[in-house]
Amino acid sequence: MGNLSMFLQHLTNGISLGSLYALIAIGYTMVYGILRLINFAHGDIFMLGVYLTYFGILYTSIPWWLVFVIAPAITGIIGLFLEKVCYKPLRDSPRITILISAIGASFLLQNLGIVLFGGRPRAFPVPRVLNHVVKVRGVSINVITFIIPVVTILLLVGLTYFITKTKTGMAMRALSRDYETASLMGIDINKIISITFFMGSLLAAVGGIMWGARYPQLMPLMGMMPGLKSFIAAVVGGIGNIAGAVAGGFILGLGEIMLVALLPRLTGYRDAFAFVVLIIILLVKPSGLMGQRETEKV
Amino acid sequence: MRKNGRSDRAALLALACVVVGLILANRYLDDYKIRIINLSGIYVTLGLSMNLINGFTGMFSLGHAGFMAIGAYTVGILTMPVQMKEMNFFLQPIVPFLANVEWGFLPALLAAGLVAAVLGIIIGAPVLRLTDDYLAIATLGFAEIIRVVFTNTQSLTNGALGLKGIPNYTNTWWSWGVAFVTIWFVSFLIRGSYGKAFMAIREDEVAARAMGINLFKHKVMSFAFGSFFAGVAGGLLASLLGTIDPNMFRITLTFNILLIVVLGGLGRITGTVISAVIVTVMMEALRFLDESINLGFVEIKGVPGMRMVIFSIILILMVIVGREGFLKRLKGRETSYAEN
Amino acid sequence: MRLAMLRIENLTMKFGGVVACSRFNAEVKKGQIVGLIGPNGAGKTTVFNVVTGVYRPSEGQIFFEPREGERHQLVGLSPDRIAKLGVCRTFQNIRLFGQLSVLDNVFIGNHLRLKSNVFSTVFRLPHYTTEEKEIYEKSMYLLEKIGLQDMKDEKAYSLPYGMQRRLEMARALATDPQLLLLDEPAAGMNPQETQELIQFIQEIKDEFNLTIFLIEHHMEVIMEISERIYVLDHGVLIAEGSPSEVQRNEKVIEAYLGVG
Repeated sequence: MGNLSMFLQHLTNGISLGSLYALIAIGYTMVYGILRLINFAHGDIFMLGVYLTYFGILYTSIPWWLVFVIAPAITGIIGLFLEKVCYKPLRDSPRITILISAIGASFLLQNLGIVLFGGRPRAFPVPRVLNHVVKVRGVSINVITFIIPVVTILLLVGLTYFITKTKTGMAMRALSRDYETASLMGIDINKIISITFFMGSLLAAVGGIMWGARYPQLMPLMGMMPGLKSFIAAVVGGIGNIAGAVAGGFILGLGEIMLVALLPRLTGYRDAFAFVVLIIILLVKPSGLMGQRETEKV
Repeated sequence: MRKNGRSDRAALLALACVVVGLILANRYLDDYKIRIINLSGIYVTLGLSMNLINGFTGMFSLGHAGFMAIGAYTVGILTMPVQMKEMNFFLQPIVPFLANVEWGFLPALLAAGLVAAVLGIIIGAPVLRLTDDYLAIATLGFAEIIRVVFTNTQSLTNGALGLKGIPNYTNTWWSWGVAFVTIWFVSFLIRGSYGKAFMAIREDEVAARAMGINLFKHKVMSFAFGSFFAGVAGGLLASLLGTIDPNMFRITLTFNILLIVVLGGLGRITGTVISAVIVTVMMEALRFLDESINLGFVEIKGVPGMRMVIFSIILILMVIVGREGFLKRLKGRETSYAEN
Repeated sequence: MRLAMLRIENLTMKFGGVVACSRFNAEVKKGQIVGLIGPNGAGKTTVFNVVTGVYRPSEGQIFFEPREGERHQLVGLSPDRIAKLGVCRTFQNIRLFGQLSVLDNVFIGNHLRLKSNVFSTVFRLPHYTTEEKEIYEKSMYLLEKIGLQDMKDEKAYSLPYGMQRRLEMARALATDPQLLLLDEPAAGMNPQETQELIQFIQEIKDEFNLTIFLIEHHMEVIMEISERIYVLDHGVLIAEGSPSEVQRNEKVIEAYLGVG
């Protein structure tokens, strides 16, 4: 295998990992945009999405493609409930309080995962259509590596349409720009927040399914690292900004794969890469690549 | 100032009770219960050190597990006998300058605190100007980086294999002795001018700066003290357990301490001490939820993870139910998340 | 000629596209009380924020000269450095340390002059305990001055509004300022309280040898105690002079009537 095909292989891997980070990062960024809250439990919602799909495929007679639709929808509803239970009562409380609640929620979901699904890793049942290797000019690539970016782009187009063209989407943007004014304008905040959580969780679950197809090992704690990294992606891109979250996702995904590919000696430090990027970005440009600076009013 | 005198006497009385309690405990209790007492003392130190940063200075740091790891490894490497080191480091020999050191426990503990504090300053300095959630995620990131680094520095930390056979110096006198030093240090710090400046920063950063308080200097100071005691506690833990590895120092550990701090009250010393003991005892008492117990005639099957489910629910309930109570003190001065 | 303790030259402050204050010049001489007035949104507080280092101006210079031959450029200094040089302020929307006691609020005002290091405060070394006693006595003296000595253990946020304003002044005085910036000290006060405030400001000025720069909406306060007044409108200086001069100035009348 030549150098170029090797590079192409890494590139496709990086793009597909980046797409997954991007899908999860959108959930973080949407919630942060409106509520100024890091939804620590978002990574665990992602994990729930994967497990729901797993059980849907193995223990029901529903065809796999339908499970791929139903499971994210259920995950979305779980996300919506999470907000109602853990965050809504604290909406007027100090930020530290709600952050603590978010951390609590994350641990709750992780450990519920251990209780319900067991701590043992499980193998994700990847449908055969998605799981075969094709050779393109000497580069052997799994179909799923192609499917991931395509699905991601389709979802992004849909999301962009929703955000810019529909009434709900516009209300969402209004809320994230100016919470107080928007709430005075008669926007139903509770409804918009619920929809935000539903959509963020749904996207995370779709990301989760593709994650499972790509890295087919399921564990209750599997959401933690992708969750943290996707949050970092959102920060890198400028939190609150959906395009930024996508850009950040690709930067992190590609960066991580390329780091391992080009500097194999640093493979062990793979998980530290995102955090190093985070700290650099926070120091150099805390508002992220596409974010806007907020000035404090005195 | 009469009030201080009274609380001093109360503190002395509490100290006397604990000393008597420890003498009795050491005489009559079994090893398992002694171990819980040790853990309680260590968690008191941890809770207070986190409360100094999060509760008194108002910075939301989630880096505690990282500082504990630094302390634990410092004590482990410094106190371990030379032959034991050779046995541990069979994949790759330990770096030469550490190969032949074998320190006493006290200097090793102090070194643990100092190394943690110095690293705390180095990594804290750049990120401490971040606010709430950004600081939380950055410090969490640092803790993870420390863990990843420790997993990979084979010749320094023995990598993922961890360290085995760390001498067991920690006993109830050490763990509770350090706990009392921490209680004393934090109370006196808070009573003095610097501690009040910390709280001023928590209350209103803009006003604190306008009153001539150098935010950076004071935040770094608070962070350094907090990481010092977290490092010492990590060292105590290493010496209590005898075995450590990088995976012990995951965010779960920070979560436990956060639970203690929230339960005890942000910015509360007595509350933190009491909740540290309660949480530690409960963690052990509820262990049966996770493990199967064989009572001879019948076996009760435990469900792994159940214990942490309960603790997570407690944490969430604490902030939701308690939002009108102990957290009300925070209200009004901090921008609520929705209004910002 | 008296020493120009504070000199603002060509000050411009932009927030994005909004110009809060444009080419503003002002001078406060040692021992003076100088007023800064203008309709709401005129940029008065912005001037204070720039002088105390909260914002860095887009353009312009600010010089602080506490005594002959000692001149500091304030632009680029952090708020705490500026406070240490002897410039302290109060806030329009009171910013006390709400959860701390009244006494602690004033106590913290002294922190920037503390000589002991952190370890001597924790180990309560003799030189710290002596210093702490002095700070305590000074703080109590200031609390007596504003009549809050009996409330010293109350939490700051629980005080009524007027008392909070006074406490903020006491806290600022604790920093030993040369120049005191008061941002609407009479806001929300009734006529009697306002009269007391005027007296109080005169009193502390004489006792602590202060120079005062103040923003105020109550005209009777400004007119009664200021030696000199600057009038801002939409970030631009439209008039300056003695109270009587300013009162007769047509632009000023227009600016106020225009919004009133």
